[in-house]
Amino acid sequence: MYRYIIKRILLVIPTLLGAAALVFLLMRLIPGDICVVRLGSGGGTFDERAVAACHAQLGLDRPMLLQFVDFVWGFVRGDFGISMWSGKPVLTEIAARFPVSLEIAIMAVVVANVIAIPLGTLSALKQNSPIDFVIRVFSIAGLATPSFWLGILLILAILNISHAAFGAPWMPPIDYVPIWKDPLRNLSMVIFPALTVGYRTSAVTMRMTRSAMLEVLREDYIRTARAKGLVEHLIINRHALKNALLPVVTLIGIEAAFLIGGLVVTEQVFNLNGIGRLFVQSVQNQDYTMTQALVMLVVTAFVLTNTVVDLIYAWLDPRIRYQ
Amino acid sequence: MSVAAIDAKPLLEVRGLQMHFPVTEGIVINRKVGEVKAVDGIDFTVRRGETLGLVGESGCGKTTTGRCILRLERPTAGEILYDGVDIAKLEPKDLLSLRRRIQVIFQDPYSSLNPRMKVGEIIAEPIMVHGLERNPARRAARVRELLSVCGLDPKFADRYPHEMSGGQRQRVGIARALALEPEFIVCDEAVSALDVSIQAQIVNLLEDLRGQFSLTYLFIAHDLSVVRHLCQRVAVMYLGRVVELAECDELFDNPLHPYTKALLAAVPVPDPTVEAGRTFRPVRGEVPSAINPPSGCVFHPRCPIAVETCKQMRPELREVRPAHWVACTEVRV
Amino acid sequence: MTIASPVIVDDFVEIRRSPWQRAWLFCRRQPLGTFGMVIVVIMALAGLCAEEIAPYSPTANDFAAMTEPPSWAHWLGTDQFGRDQLSRIIYGARTALIVGFSCAMIASVAGLVLGVGSAYFGGRLDLYLQGVLDVVMAFPLIILALAVVAIFGTGVHNVITAITIPLIPRCARVLRSSALSIREVPYVDAARACGFGHSRIILRHMVPNVVAPFLILLTAFVGQAILAEASLSYLGLGVQEPVPAWGLMLQGGAEEYASTAPWIAVFPGLAIALTVFGFSLFGDALRDALDPKLRDR
Repeated sequence: MYRYIIKRILLVIPTLLGAAALVFLLMRLIPGDICVVRLGSGGGTFDERAVAACHAQLGLDRPMLLQFVDFVWGFVRGDFGISMWSGKPVLTEIAARFPVSLEIAIMAVVVANVIAIPLGTLSALKQNSPIDFVIRVFSIAGLATPSFWLGILLILAILNISHAAFGAPWMPPIDYVPIWKDPLRNLSMVIFPALTVGYRTSAVTMRMTRSAMLEVLREDYIRTARAKGLVEHLIINRHALKNALLPVVTLIGIEAAFLIGGLVVTEQVFNLNGIGRLFVQSVQNQDYTMTQALVMLVVTAFVLTNTVVDLIYAWLDPRIRYQ
Repeated sequence: MSVAAIDAKPLLEVRGLQMHFPVTEGIVINRKVGEVKAVDGIDFTVRRGETLGLVGESGCGKTTTGRCILRLERPTAGEILYDGVDIAKLEPKDLLSLRRRIQVIFQDPYSSLNPRMKVGEIIAEPIMVHGLERNPARRAARVRELLSVCGLDPKFADRYPHEMSGGQRQRVGIARALALEPEFIVCDEAVSALDVSIQAQIVNLLEDLRGQFSLTYLFIAHDLSVVRHLCQRVAVMYLGRVVELAECDELFDNPLHPYTKALLAAVPVPDPTVEAGRTFRPVRGEVPSAINPPSGCVFHPRCPIAVETCKQMRPELREVRPAHWVACTEVRV
Repeated sequence: MTIASPVIVDDFVEIRRSPWQRAWLFCRRQPLGTFGMVIVVIMALAGLCAEEIAPYSPTANDFAAMTEPPSWAHWLGTDQFGRDQLSRIIYGARTALIVGFSCAMIASVAGLVLGVGSAYFGGRLDLYLQGVLDVVMAFPLIILALAVVAIFGTGVHNVITAITIPLIPRCARVLRSSALSIREVPYVDAARACGFGHSRIILRHMVPNVVAPFLILLTAFVGQAILAEASLSYLGLGVQEPVPAWGLMLQGGAEEYASTAPWIAVFPGLAIALTVFGFSLFGDALRDALDPKLRDR
């Protein structure tokens, strides 16, 4: 068991290094000279010295391998360079926008599981009934619906419902207030993007819960519990759910990728100032320093999440624990 | 069992064959922590035209031996002299000519044929790849000939494997083995997965083919009754070593090694009165792991006649009776 | 010498069905899958015959008819430039399916080569390749696609590249595990014992036996690629005007007019969802149909 833990944690390092190498390579593939692209205003005339200064500032005049070492070392220290667009340190920009995205992501996972697990269980218990059919359609739709469209539809719904109910259309606020300062405002801002981002995850979780639950319910120990006369909801809660939920844990790791992707577009839809939106802006503005830093950040978060999930799964599954 | 076609000169000679599979473990770097000694130094010969039976329980290394001879695995040590040439040391690129001479029939008729290929294509493929018959029409005729030699209607060439029964598929496997006109065929439990009535048919087929095409067989099996019918000589393996090697009748009538005796005692005799009179003495214990075999004679923990020296010394094969070899220090004749 | 064993009588006959019969069986047994297939076929036809079917040109501005609700003249309404929504959706189908199929096909084939090759050769090659693929898979799809777009720019070709790259390792991973289970199978051993070369064994014996997961992956990827392209176009970083694309139709303007002209927001998204839904249903049904345990050929 401990060997597994150590092995798993150690695996993070080569993966991240490899990812850093890939990001580094990608950024070097940008056609043309970055500095020329940035400074030359499309007309072909540019100041030689400004370009040289830019090169020196970005460290482009040093050998490749040293540049890579700088890049990795900078990342480890938390120094991501200066944003080419705003001129401010990348870390500052990211830090300002991080709380929103984090809160939406956490909220999305919570909401998704709160919806999905009961519905998935219900779907399994009432297999092949009309309820099951509706829930299954709902979950397949979740995999097919683009999250930005869902966001737009949600805004549409909010506007129209609030117009009908209060006479004036209401939009969720877009300036972030931490949850401890003004919980109501904060939640009203975060809940709708969380629902949008979380829908896909809830669909996947619903399907997984349903199939895991169906398998568990067929097991002999459930039959025994029923034969003993145990009340149905106790059977579900005490015996079935624990075992059915195990594979759901691994889903969190897999779905994290889609969550991040969902964040990127959803923040655009709801006009929120989060990491996702920052990422899109950095691509639009050719702010390569920012793009590169954000990609590394996202990948690191993803790899760490998966590692934690694997370790939790190993801890939860008694078969692995006592290996 | 016809003895007529057997040559005195050995076609296949195995000396000190070893096949050890590494067991690795480690956190960052995988270190070798042990070995599975699947085949741990065996010697035997197969004469041209004879059928040598190789018997033993699952895990004794007989299938691995067959795979080494076929060069599906590369032996870790030892020599395999086929017609005088040590094939254990050959590089992969030199193996092609060998493939024509040594072929194999596998155990499972259900997974030994590519489900996506028609039977005719399966048999024709080796002929085509080795360039034995480049003309498609003559090749197809050859395929039909092979099918009928193996007891199948030539129409089967257009069938897919899943459209045939187990016995029929095994015949296809045999036809494929014959396609390259080999001299030596490794029958790796070729009848073990078949129903008993079909087993008899296939065994008879193999016997007929041996005579017709002057083949030599290495017949790997765990069913002793089949072995008795088909083989001239039999080698008994236990945990990667040969414990007894003798002429077939001699082995069955006069087993000398304690393990062989136990194996034969476990085979029921079809006559109820005889069977009732036998005292059944099962071997105690279970087959130990091949990673950590017992010291000295590997059978000593379960052996009824083991003594102190059996734990220290590994017994070599001794010829205790004419053409009857036993790897045991305590057997006296 | 005569053969003692008799010629086997033809006693075990299976019905061999033609492809048409099998397709019909599929339709009868998998109604949802057939429904999905029908949706896909409709979208494909729309894309192929866009010129004949679409009532208007997708790029024709008509400032006299801006943001009109659905009517007989414009079945799905018009957008803020007076362009007919129905025509834009029909032409958008073409873009979506071109991108979807291109990405799926390229990624699947590349994944097949890498996955089966890696499984077959094993050893160091497998180890290092898996490491590389793991690294690429550490990037969420949209993130990597956006990074590629950041470098190479926007437009249909770059979008296809950007989406294909993250899909390749996902495909290779699945096909590798399928191939691994086949590598130890006796008929592959028999092929080696006959002295066949690597390419013959891989192409003739291994690849045909991973066709089932390959097809299922293909259908799943088309859906994912369509979603990814729509997201990229929505962000303005995918297909660019004047190429009609569903994601583009939802960009920017859709939100402004969301309350006053909801049809601008609803229909393009519905088209995306419906198409991906169709592929999902078809893929699920295909998986059930190809399951060897349930197979009835």
